[in-house]
Amino acid sequence: MTPIKLTVSALAVLAATTSLAAARDQIQITGSSTVLPYATIVAEAFGENFDFPTPVVEGGGSGAGRKKLCEGVGENTVDIANSSSRISQSDIDLCKKNGVEEILEVRIGYDGIVFASDVKGADFALTPADVYLALGGKVAKDGALVDNTSTKWTEVNAALPDQNILMFIPGTKHGTREVFDTKVIEAGCKDTGAYDLFLAKAEGADEKEKKAAAAKACNELRKDGKSVDIDGDYTETLARLDADKNAVGVFGLAFYQNNTDKLKVATVNGVVPSVETISKGEYPVSRPLYFYVKKAHIGVIPGLKEYIEFFVSDDMAGPEGPLADYGLVSDPELKATQDAVAAETPMGALE
Amino acid sequence: MTSAPMTGKPAPVRSGSILAPTPHMLRRRRSETRFRLYGIVAIVISLSILAVMLVTIFGNGYGAFRQAKLTFPVTLDAQVLDPKGNRQREEMVKVTTVGYAKVLTQSFRAELTARGIDTADLSDKDIAALVSKDAPGVLRAQVLADTSLVGQTIPMSVLAGGRIDGFLKGRVTMESARLDSNINPEQLQFAERLQQAGILGLHWNVAFLTNPDASDQRPEAAGLGVAILGSLYMMILVAVMCVPVGVAASIYLEEFAPKNRWTDLIEVNVANLAAVPSIVFGILGLAVFINFAGLPQSSSLVGALVISLRTLPTVIIATRASIRAVPPSIRDAALGVGASRMQTVFHHVLPLAMPGILTGTILGLAVALGDTAPLLLIGMVAFVDNYPGTPVDGFLDPATALPVQVYSWATRSDPAFIERSNGAIIVLLGFLLVMNVAAIILRRRFERRW
Repeated sequence: MTPIKLTVSALAVLAATTSLAAARDQIQITGSSTVLPYATIVAEAFGENFDFPTPVVEGGGSGAGRKKLCEGVGENTVDIANSSSRISQSDIDLCKKNGVEEILEVRIGYDGIVFASDVKGADFALTPADVYLALGGKVAKDGALVDNTSTKWTEVNAALPDQNILMFIPGTKHGTREVFDTKVIEAGCKDTGAYDLFLAKAEGADEKEKKAAAAKACNELRKDGKSVDIDGDYTETLARLDADKNAVGVFGLAFYQNNTDKLKVATVNGVVPSVETISKGEYPVSRPLYFYVKKAHIGVIPGLKEYIEFFVSDDMAGPEGPLADYGLVSDPELKATQDAVAAETPMGALE
Repeated sequence: MTSAPMTGKPAPVRSGSILAPTPHMLRRRRSETRFRLYGIVAIVISLSILAVMLVTIFGNGYGAFRQAKLTFPVTLDAQVLDPKGNRQREEMVKVTTVGYAKVLTQSFRAELTARGIDTADLSDKDIAALVSKDAPGVLRAQVLADTSLVGQTIPMSVLAGGRIDGFLKGRVTMESARLDSNINPEQLQFAERLQQAGILGLHWNVAFLTNPDASDQRPEAAGLGVAILGSLYMMILVAVMCVPVGVAASIYLEEFAPKNRWTDLIEVNVANLAAVPSIVFGILGLAVFINFAGLPQSSSLVGALVISLRTLPTVIIATRASIRAVPPSIRDAALGVGASRMQTVFHHVLPLAMPGILTGTILGLAVALGDTAPLLLIGMVAFVDNYPGTPVDGFLDPATALPVQVYSWATRSDPAFIERSNGAIIVLLGFLLVMNVAAIILRRRFERRW
């Protein structure tokens, strides 16, 4: 065949395939990499038990996923965005602008965030105050804010191991970092009194702005290499811990449960993180996980309704289901979620 | 270098003959020896880095080609699998994998009792954990495909759980199991007893090449089937799109285009395009092919279009070089006997340049095969469990690619996926080796020198 004939036939093939680009029959899911393993477990079981194709699940981050969800309505947009933090007003506005009027909010359960160190290393019993004193940029000392100069855990709290401070925390692009900031750093900031000092000198028009400024000041971590942001995922944190056995890393509960032979978990406020302690609300560092469904696609994309119902069913998201097995803390109000999904109730305005 | 003195003065007497080395010559020789040594050191360093890389990859990845399996007869209990008893597929699909898991565990326990294997120190859950979570789904598909199996006892070989598989391969030890929340040493001792009884054993794992991906809870079932198929589809499409366009562009530029500022500009741009980082093409692909043209995301067609953009400059450069290597005398001779320009090109120049073009294309494809970055943006880094359909429709189905599978397995939390990831690298290296060897053979066999 001459190149010209080849070109012509290639273009013909291309044209033929382009005209075929219609009628998607599998569900497209994107979003949080924390929710990704849970979504793949459900997708796989869904493919096994239903006569629908297995949904295609992508990672890429909560924020990016919600943005993709809000790109518009139609077959070349995604159906579901997984998210490890709640949808924001700006996302909802973007959705509205692009014609995505109704969104279903589905809370699938809770995820614990744990501190862990090398399995052969020392035991850590941390409190948010300890973590703040170790990582905060400025700490309260004799009623004044001073630069953080502590180098050893013993300087932070005499009960902690005599080891150099080094923590691997999730980078700012991760949803996990948000929880770490609010539930650990800000809590510790308040417990140590630094928050009040920040608030006293915060500038702002009203009380609300001042509080926001103080919280922001709390989250300014030290920059002398004691706190290291990890932009990759937990496998990278694990590799860094392996290289530096004295360090402490931040992980998701599920990741820790799959690697208990390499990691030793730290208690927070004396509570060992586990599915039980988190569901009872004893362990402080946890957050809800969500997915958001484009209502306009229900009934258009085959199997979408069945998939979300299957996801929140007791067989999957219940306390005995495979998701709990993998490390998801089952939602005590799962029944309400199931009812909302069955009735296809779209989410109201954010409070 | 000393040059002969040009003055009238007599040359300074040198000691010895030319056979006896002067200090200067000795210095030259020493520096040459040193230079050779540097070269050898450089080669040794690169080879040892390669060796370390290959040893790590093969050491970690070899295990993926072996898989622990449990072999025992399974009695397909009609009461569980077909409660209505009419063997209708429509009725039987209501029984989920939970029901099939029950059947498997019952049969497994029955086999243990029949063979007299001690299970005193194990709970029911411990025993059930030995069987992979993938097994019920496999059994269900098998039964639904042939409903007459219900009520019979069939021999089954099912996957063992990931930790048991790791134990047989030495990744999981009694020591690590004591700390591991997913397995306990009693289960490992039980696995040893099963191994002695011949129920549990390592087998060759063809499924690694044919199975689709699996979720985080079943590393033992994960395979490269979808990724290999996706990569194959992409390579076919890339070849179909790149070769005609690339060859046509090269022929025009080499044989017909006037040499002026415009063609110079094009040449510079083609060379630049070949050096653009591939992620840029991914961003372009997302904007143009998915958002503008509305092609389905995660499909091998979009992947191939994006990778074609990256491969095209390589193909053009290689093709132009091999067309230029055809001596002008051949063109002159053809034109001299009255051939037209086009006849000259298609009857004489192109056939002689063909081996070079093929080699260049294959090498371009080999680079494209390993490209991951652009695929990140067009949704091919995803969990895809269904095989893409047959061409041409299949080009639009979601698929993944080999390098993407390496990446997504490397980020999973279960340590068993590290082995899978390295196994996938071995497969990828295998494909690259085949392509590069093909390029060398083609060049050796068909290349002509003038």
